[in-house]
Amino acid sequence: MRIAMTYTRLRTEERMLLDAFENIGVDATPVDIRKTVFDPMDQGEWSAYDAVIDRSLSLTNTLNSVRILEGYGIRCINPLSAIETCSDKLATTIALINADVPTPRVRVATNAQSGLQAVEQLGYPAVIKPTVGSWGRLVARMNDQDAAEAILEHRETLGSASQNVFYIQEHIDKPGRDIRIFVVGGQPIAAIARSSAHWVTNTARGATAQGIELTDELRDLSIRAAMATGADIAAVDLLECPSQGLLVNELNHSMEFRNSIETTGVNIAEHVARHAAEIAETHMATRTQSSAAQLVHEAIST
Amino acid sequence: MTQATMTAACPECDAPVELTRHPLNGQIANCTQCSAELEVTNTAPITFELAPEVEEDWGE
Repeated sequence: MRIAMTYTRLRTEERMLLDAFENIGVDATPVDIRKTVFDPMDQGEWSAYDAVIDRSLSLTNTLNSVRILEGYGIRCINPLSAIETCSDKLATTIALINADVPTPRVRVATNAQSGLQAVEQLGYPAVIKPTVGSWGRLVARMNDQDAAEAILEHRETLGSASQNVFYIQEHIDKPGRDIRIFVVGGQPIAAIARSSAHWVTNTARGATAQGIELTDELRDLSIRAAMATGADIAAVDLLECPSQGLLVNELNHSMEFRNSIETTGVNIAEHVARHAAEIAETHMATRTQSSAAQLVHEAIST
Repeated sequence: MTQATMTAACPECDAPVELTRHPLNGQIANCTQCSAELEVTNTAPITFELAPEVEEDWGE
């Protein structure tokens, strides 16, 4: 069995994954997506792989490469549809609503004027986020009408076309932290709380991570959220709302975990590697059966 | 592997930057002298270039 790991940067997580694959005896080849030329009509050397785990930092590169690889018939982790859902906050919101997973209320508008109406429907404060973005970038809290008008006008005037989706979320008065659950193969394996004095609690913005107990409610919600997106592997972020209880805020399809292993005592990289290997093995068996069936068909036909 | 093959010059300040394990292309390192974020672009011999700046679509 062979697995490729596509990447743009070999960060600590990618090194951990390569080490984990090596530790469990799986042949995993790192492939720098920036140096790769794809021929959508010919999979060439990609035919050697039974699965590809995507670890590209660039969402654009991820979507394009996984689209081509799935076109070859290669099983990708995560699948394209899951990446498309997790990487777009509006798509995530819709998937969670359709799966009856509790999530913060959202309004979507197409310009600053209707954006202001959206904010006022939700009430102040409200939060505006880019639908595609990570690490807390360009997330802004609008505490009053003055702030809302200023942010919405700046977004409309200075933002790219993709920034002109006005995705506005109710502000959840969380207790100085959010919760992240790591889900691998449909199973929650670890939970952390990300705490910060700032209202944005991304570790990329300075929040600190601490392992917490995986309660039944956290398990249930994270399983249902991951299932709603079709992700094999996901980090599910939840907010503790004083009035509504736990709400699923978003999912990450290519999670970072370097700061979560020591505090949870769970070797997340090894869980991911083992699950990727299981998927590759299943896919390899399916491909072998298909090839055998094709040979039998050809033998009967001739 | 010898110490000499695990060290290369920082392209920003020319200080020696040491890798603590066998290098792979795309690996990230930090220069302890000038704090530049570096990327391994060649492993034999080790070559560093300044790592690309974070782009709008990067993330998890």
